[in-house]
Amino acid sequence: MANKDYAFYPGCTSHYRGSASNYLVSVESMCRTLDVKLTQIPDWNCCGASVSYAGSGELARHVINARNFALAEQHLPGRDVVATCAACWLNARESKEQLDASAGLLADTNEALKEAGLRYQGIASVRHMVEVLIEDLGYEELGRHVVKPLEGVKFAGYVGCQTNRPFGIAGESFENPVYLDKLVETVGGQAVADYDQKVTCCGGALAVSEPEKSQAQIKDIVESAYDHGADMIVTPCPLCQANVEIYQADVNQRYGTKFNMPVTYYSQLMTVAYGGSAEEAALDGQIIRATRLEEIAATPGKR
Amino acid sequence: MPTALNEQALARYRNDFLREVEERVDEGGWVKMCMQCGVCAGSCPFGPHWEHSPQKIFMMIRAGKREEVLASDSMWMCTSCYNCVVRCPRKLPITTIMHGLATYAHRLGLAPKRQPTRDFSVIFWENFTRNGRANEIRLMLRLWFRDGFGAGIRKALAMKEVGLGMLRAKRMSPFEIFGGHGVKDVKGFQAMIRKAQEIEDRKRGFSK
Repeated sequence: MANKDYAFYPGCTSHYRGSASNYLVSVESMCRTLDVKLTQIPDWNCCGASVSYAGSGELARHVINARNFALAEQHLPGRDVVATCAACWLNARESKEQLDASAGLLADTNEALKEAGLRYQGIASVRHMVEVLIEDLGYEELGRHVVKPLEGVKFAGYVGCQTNRPFGIAGESFENPVYLDKLVETVGGQAVADYDQKVTCCGGALAVSEPEKSQAQIKDIVESAYDHGADMIVTPCPLCQANVEIYQADVNQRYGTKFNMPVTYYSQLMTVAYGGSAEEAALDGQIIRATRLEEIAATPGKR
Repeated sequence: MPTALNEQALARYRNDFLREVEERVDEGGWVKMCMQCGVCAGSCPFGPHWEHSPQKIFMMIRAGKREEVLASDSMWMCTSCYNCVVRCPRKLPITTIMHGLATYAHRLGLAPKRQPTRDFSVIFWENFTRNGRANEIRLMLRLWFRDGFGAGIRKALAMKEVGLGMLRAKRMSPFEIFGGHGVKDVKGFQAMIRKAQEIEDRKRGFSK
């Protein structure tokens, strides 16, 4: 029996050979161990991300998110919607809060949804994968499956923005959330306690449109990880992961630095600690190889 | 069309830009709640780069500085980090208001020309509404080639290392250029968006 059952909203970058395909592979591996069942919402669509506002308008941005809820309610009734992407989660949750608070907005939304033969009833709730781990399973359960503790590896827990603000994980502070550090420790790793760039913005979508300005941010994020002796950065957000990893060569060129800091997902740490292979943890999806994790994944361990 | 929309707004709101923002901008009703403390200004990661802080934008709206506000580059510098939102003592949804002002300025045709994030925003919207899902490679190509073919090739070459790294890591698929992934019900998806925009245009007084 599957322990937990969710309506899964994987998001655009998770698709086959997308920029966060490594996130999806490692989440699926992690969930297999934890007996968490993820069923994709049939025909889910893009959440609009954080930068499509010029063309959208208020109602359209809520309607596109309501479409996913309506599909989940129709095909996967009774299951919480779970997103792995920070932006998917934020946009979906923001729309849900607005729709549930305003009967007028809900009526307009359903009038538009009717064009696609759908109706949002306001039942489905939306969660981030991290919430599922912490709230539905708990640190103790997460630790129970560890067969290869990530001993001696030092992680800078880079939480970033959108899993942290404006909603965040219940009980965590906006300025110094500690759940990611706790997850690192749960799988036997060492968390950098005073990583001062923990909630700094990587530039988000503006890493594309304003690369110079964003790379100044990225430089601070990576530099501080080095200053605190981290072996690698770990993050819950696919845009943080991509921006902080793939632009390091550009940052080096711009600032004369010699950064080569791996940037991983919590799900990759957990997959390796749970005895998964490098492939199951999608470590081959790193542009900057996470050598320490590859070494642990390669050591024999009980499964 | 944008000019006609602007003329119509000018006629309707005359000297009351605050009311115009309240009626036509997403979450615009919150603007008058700003108490000018400046925490947003000090919290923005792109603080060194924009012309006006959210605090200034909100006061300028109340002072009726319509042209200056709508032509400002500040709204387009929002990275959606939500620092200002969680720190605002009055709990203004500043990120949404800034996006809403950007949307409105863009619709009226008054937003700064060639502003890179404005262009990216339009490209992103067109990208995913084409078939329901964002297509990363087409997104990048359209952005790079927005200044013409030569500039696009130069940009692509400058990004070669990043691209090759993504290819090697199997996190980029050139095949996505030809259509790519999308929803099955593209027709319904697009009809639903058209309907949403039609309803909003009517309610905000954009149509007729």
